[in-house]
Amino acid sequence: MGLKSNLHNLKLKYQGTKMAPAFNAIHTFLYLPNETTHGGTHIKAADDLKRTMNIVIMALVPCLLFGIFNAGYQHYAAIDAAKGIATEASLFGNFLTWDNFVIGAWTVLPLVIVSYGVGLLVEFIFAIIKGHEVEEGYLVTGMLVPLIVPIDIPLWMLAVAVVFGVVIGKEVFGGTGMNILNPALTIRAFLFFAYPTWMSGDKVWVHEAVERAGTADAISGETLLGAYAQNSSLAGIDYMDMFFGFIPGSVGETSKLLIILGAAILIFTKVGSWRIIFSTVIGALIMGLIFNGVVDAGWIGESSKFYGLMSVPFWQHLIIGSILFGAVYMATDPVSASQTNKGKWIYGFLIGFISIMIRVFNPAYPEGVFLAILLMNVFAPTIDHYVVQGNVKKRMKRLKVKTA
Amino acid sequence: MGLLSKKDGVLITDPLTDNNPITIQVLGICSALAITAELKASLVMGIAVLFVLGIGNVVISLMRNIIPSKIRIIVQLIVVAALVIIVDQVLKAFAYELSKTLSVFVGLIITNCIIMGRFEAFALGNGPWRSFLDGIGNALGYAIILVIVGFFRELLGSGTLFGIPVLGDPIEKTGVYSIGYENNGFMLMPPMALIIVGLIIWVQRSRNKALIED
Repeated sequence: MGLKSNLHNLKLKYQGTKMAPAFNAIHTFLYLPNETTHGGTHIKAADDLKRTMNIVIMALVPCLLFGIFNAGYQHYAAIDAAKGIATEASLFGNFLTWDNFVIGAWTVLPLVIVSYGVGLLVEFIFAIIKGHEVEEGYLVTGMLVPLIVPIDIPLWMLAVAVVFGVVIGKEVFGGTGMNILNPALTIRAFLFFAYPTWMSGDKVWVHEAVERAGTADAISGETLLGAYAQNSSLAGIDYMDMFFGFIPGSVGETSKLLIILGAAILIFTKVGSWRIIFSTVIGALIMGLIFNGVVDAGWIGESSKFYGLMSVPFWQHLIIGSILFGAVYMATDPVSASQTNKGKWIYGFLIGFISIMIRVFNPAYPEGVFLAILLMNVFAPTIDHYVVQGNVKKRMKRLKVKTA
Repeated sequence: MGLLSKKDGVLITDPLTDNNPITIQVLGICSALAITAELKASLVMGIAVLFVLGIGNVVISLMRNIIPSKIRIIVQLIVVAALVIIVDQVLKAFAYELSKTLSVFVGLIITNCIIMGRFEAFALGNGPWRSFLDGIGNALGYAIILVIVGFFRELLGSGTLFGIPVLGDPIEKTGVYSIGYENNGFMLMPPMALIIVGLIIWVQRSRNKALIED
């Protein structure tokens, strides 16, 4: 008599009652169910929903751990910077320290707990009302949400946004697999438009920067993108720091190295589409090149408010914002992305292209990735439709040639 | 038997619930999204439509036998336009601030599908008393949704109702603001009105399954 059989008995006991989906969910989450298929259908495949989600979560764990340490590191670095001491990042010297971990865990883990707690509660309530099984869909969303919000976001705001994102972004469309928009980005978009002071600006990205604003202990909490958008000079920022992620930003998006590692895991296991990831990067680079060209041609002067971001060398766009995180973990969401291979190229390319365009042209949205992905989520079915229709037309032509 | 016969009573009660112009017929959405950020504006808009639709329906109904059917749309437009101009002038005279908030949307009552819809569908074929009841009913159905949406948007978006702060002062940090509550800026944007109308439709149809279309 282990936990499994206990749960199984509970499941049988509550079979047919309203609460059944809740018990089933716990049972199937932990163990393989005892039921087998009756009849002729026997499909044996390893790529089920649970495995897909687990791999994405595994690919996210490095980002989460890095985010925890980085939260502490940025906090102390900003305090030192306010005193006039420049901090040089070194992995074992001042990054992987106990102090950093304590601050990070104290701020990041509550975000994770609130995100999962509230999100799963909504999923359970909907499963019980609608009488279907609890869907695994929230597992990945719940992990993504804490990684894409500023560190000091009030927990109740996160909870409200999670309820909104899960209900409006997913459940109204019919639950996991039916959603048009990426739920994690719906949550971020809700936070961004509902509580803009907590989601953007030069204070929210470093722990305690908001509380200390206006006092003698004030510290800067600005991201590099914010600084670029203000046309301020970025002397002293090391490109390697940007690549390894020792910079302020949303919790999990700063380390490009670990995101590339996550991308490798997703591509190797075929969970994430390499077509989308690469075409997004290509789209971003091309838009960056166009802007560089505009600056080089002298069409835009240093006085222009777009000059700061336009003159950023095109490849740096990949390491200063969260475009890589969006490309790897958000754009590849198999539900809301394009389904056809050709469609994936178009979809990804436009995400990269539009991200950089929003980033440069709209100073109110220093990071445009989430808006670009949401926009393309909406257009993904349209892209697919035309790709499929194009293929049908091509084949029809072939058919006519043969019969003629 | 009260004031209304059962057959006539339906004309008022039906548009309030199972045949609501906004949530069931999905008409008049534009103004519902545009002016519901404040409860006061929503209420005034509701009253304005009530006036226009109630009187307009009666006028059209009285003229229904002498309007040549070829030019009936023009005649209807003239009636609405005349009534809307009266509303607009009254607002400008007695509630200037409010008329500025409502801006073009008072004028746009002319293009509100609910009004032309009721003229065409009801007033042209029914007597004045029944047309009056139908107009009042539909306008009330429109107004009730506007007021619900306006209530939530103003309460959650600005923390006020009819402009009176009910949740405390967001700058002085009194009331619920003292424990960290903040106004939801998204509520003040038109997309949120669409979402609230959507939620009302959702609740209404899950309570009455007969309303769900295939």
